[in-house]
Amino acid sequence: MAQSRQRPLSPHLGVYRWGPHMLVSILHRATGDGMAILGGLGLTWWLYAIASGPAAYANFQYYAWEAAPGDALGAILNYLCRIIMVGLSWAFFQHLCSGLRHLVMDMGAGYELQGNRRWSIVVFVAAALATIAFWAWIVAGRAA
Amino acid sequence: MGSGTRVGRVRGLGSAKSGAHHWIAQRVTAIGNALLMPWFLISLALLPAYDHAAISGWLAQPIVAVPMLLLVISVFYHVRLGLQVCIEDYVHDDGLKFAVLVLLTFFTVGCGAVCLFSIAKIAFAGGAL
Repeated sequence: MAQSRQRPLSPHLGVYRWGPHMLVSILHRATGDGMAILGGLGLTWWLYAIASGPAAYANFQYYAWEAAPGDALGAILNYLCRIIMVGLSWAFFQHLCSGLRHLVMDMGAGYELQGNRRWSIVVFVAAALATIAFWAWIVAGRAA
Repeated sequence: MGSGTRVGRVRGLGSAKSGAHHWIAQRVTAIGNALLMPWFLISLALLPAYDHAAISGWLAQPIVAVPMLLLVISVFYHVRLGLQVCIEDYVHDDGLKFAVLVLLTFFTVGCGAVCLFSIAKIAFAGGAL
């Protein structure tokens, strides 16, 4: 085999400093995985519950959002589901922003070190702001 | 990875010649998601109520049901493509990789089918479920 000869290897693959571009890259995969599994199941559960009628939807709402007071298991599930929903919304905005960054990079632009670093930071800031704005509207804006 | 050696090339272990389609389909569904998901989230945020009558009445409208059907197709297709890349990168055992890829296909097609059927049922029932 021509490839089995000893080839020189880069000696310090494990030595590097974390930068925002690395974090935005691995978070694109992590948020995509999280949305695929939890978001995919959640969307399916939600649509199936609506299609199954008011009783099934009430059951969905009970466990996903508001259980009866005194139901300890329901309360735990409510907290879990709310954390997951906020997490999924952040994951969506993060994945959307870094996905748009990838579409720009697919065109061959945005590889200069300074610009790449700057846009990576913009991705984090935009995703955080969008998540805060979305939930601020749901919790406070709607009620007002 | 037989693309580099002569014997690999003889055995046909080179590129499968379908990578570009996968790559482009991932981008096309990404653009679809980038249009449909903000529409979905903004519409949800603007709904007056979240009880069954309000949600099913909203989903039953053709102007909502059709984009929802498109969203489910675009999202689950994108999930199928994206997770395939992750699995191929991190699962190295051939048998396990095959099993996980089959599981991924069943998961995305199965969830997608349930979602499409649910939207169609809500829409054809006209909100009266």
